[in-house]
Amino acid sequence: MQILCIMLSDIAQIRLVSSHPEVYDPCDDSFALVDALLADRANLLEHHPSICLEIGCGSGYVITSLALLLGKEASGAHYMATDINPHAVGVTRETLEAHGCHAELVNTDIALGLEKRLARSVDVIVVNPPYVPTPEEEVGCFGITSSWAGGENGRSVIDKILPVADKLLSEKGWLYLLTLTANNPLEICLLMRKKGYASRIILQRSTEEESLHIIKFWRDLDTLLEVKESMVLNKTDNRTVTESLPFPSFSVWRNLSRNFN
Amino acid sequence: MRLLTHNMLSSNIKGVTNGFPLLIEAEKVVEKAVDFNEDFLKNMFAKIEWKALVDASKTMGYAELPDNVESSMLDSDEFLQKFHHALLELHLEEGALVCPETGRKFPVSKGIPNMLLHEDEV
Repeated sequence: MQILCIMLSDIAQIRLVSSHPEVYDPCDDSFALVDALLADRANLLEHHPSICLEIGCGSGYVITSLALLLGKEASGAHYMATDINPHAVGVTRETLEAHGCHAELVNTDIALGLEKRLARSVDVIVVNPPYVPTPEEEVGCFGITSSWAGGENGRSVIDKILPVADKLLSEKGWLYLLTLTANNPLEICLLMRKKGYASRIILQRSTEEESLHIIKFWRDLDTLLEVKESMVLNKTDNRTVTESLPFPSFSVWRNLSRNFN
Repeated sequence: MRLLTHNMLSSNIKGVTNGFPLLIEAEKVVEKAVDFNEDFLKNMFAKIEWKALVDASKTMGYAELPDNVESSMLDSDEFLQKFHHALLELHLEEGALVCPETGRKFPVSKGIPNMLLHEDEV
């Protein structure tokens, strides 16, 4: 029983999560993302993050949970969160306050205004993007639509977030991204691989409506070298890069054992 | 909004080449105690634009930071306490951040800056 109580206190409590008609309430996707962070908690603590950023914080359930689950053991961590929806950052503020947590909030599109000065400085980025495939014109709508409208294959906003995350992540930075099968997570890993990131699916969950993946990305020198080599190879050999890709590749496991043992 | 966040924000309006630092118009400033963490301060020191922090904290009513710094000052507990207070404990609760080049105001309400651009600014 005692263990159960400790476990429960590690993440945000639904009854303390604030809400607003124009803000997406925590749902299966939010729970999956927080479960993935919980499962990776020991690694996160060992990572000693200075700056943690959530892009698209919605109700604040995820950033509050991250702050709680890292807690005092990560006392050097500073939390930030952005959302394009002004109601969402307001609700996030209330959710954080109800849990006695603090995160710096910015009402902005992805990380507009932060990209220049925060470049190469963020150790952990967490994203539950608008991933639902919708007509393209719904992307960029304000209010609650912005929390789910993902355009073609649900990729429009994800594809905007990835280069920003690449810019913001520190040398040791990690990105946790939630995706839907329809988003083609393998292709997302391939895109990130070209930027020098290794990746691993750290949680998969099928709900009645959707199949979710949480992918963790990190900069990997071996991946970068392999990509450069394959670019040289591809000049003479026109293989698609997919053949050599990505999870669970040996370089991933090699890197993991190096980082975490 | 902490001054750490202010130090990380710049104006992204189309055509603006020098959008940093944003000027602060302070209507309401609050102080909130934050646990002191030496490692965090030492980590952040290299990333901070010092003059922007000094000017911002003066605007917020705190003039204790030295104008010039060098990394050896991180050995001084007195310096670290002042740095900690300016960086993390002073909050701009209500007011605005002003683009240094265009004068465009980004409102700060309930401690949250609104950096969204209008269509003709993107």
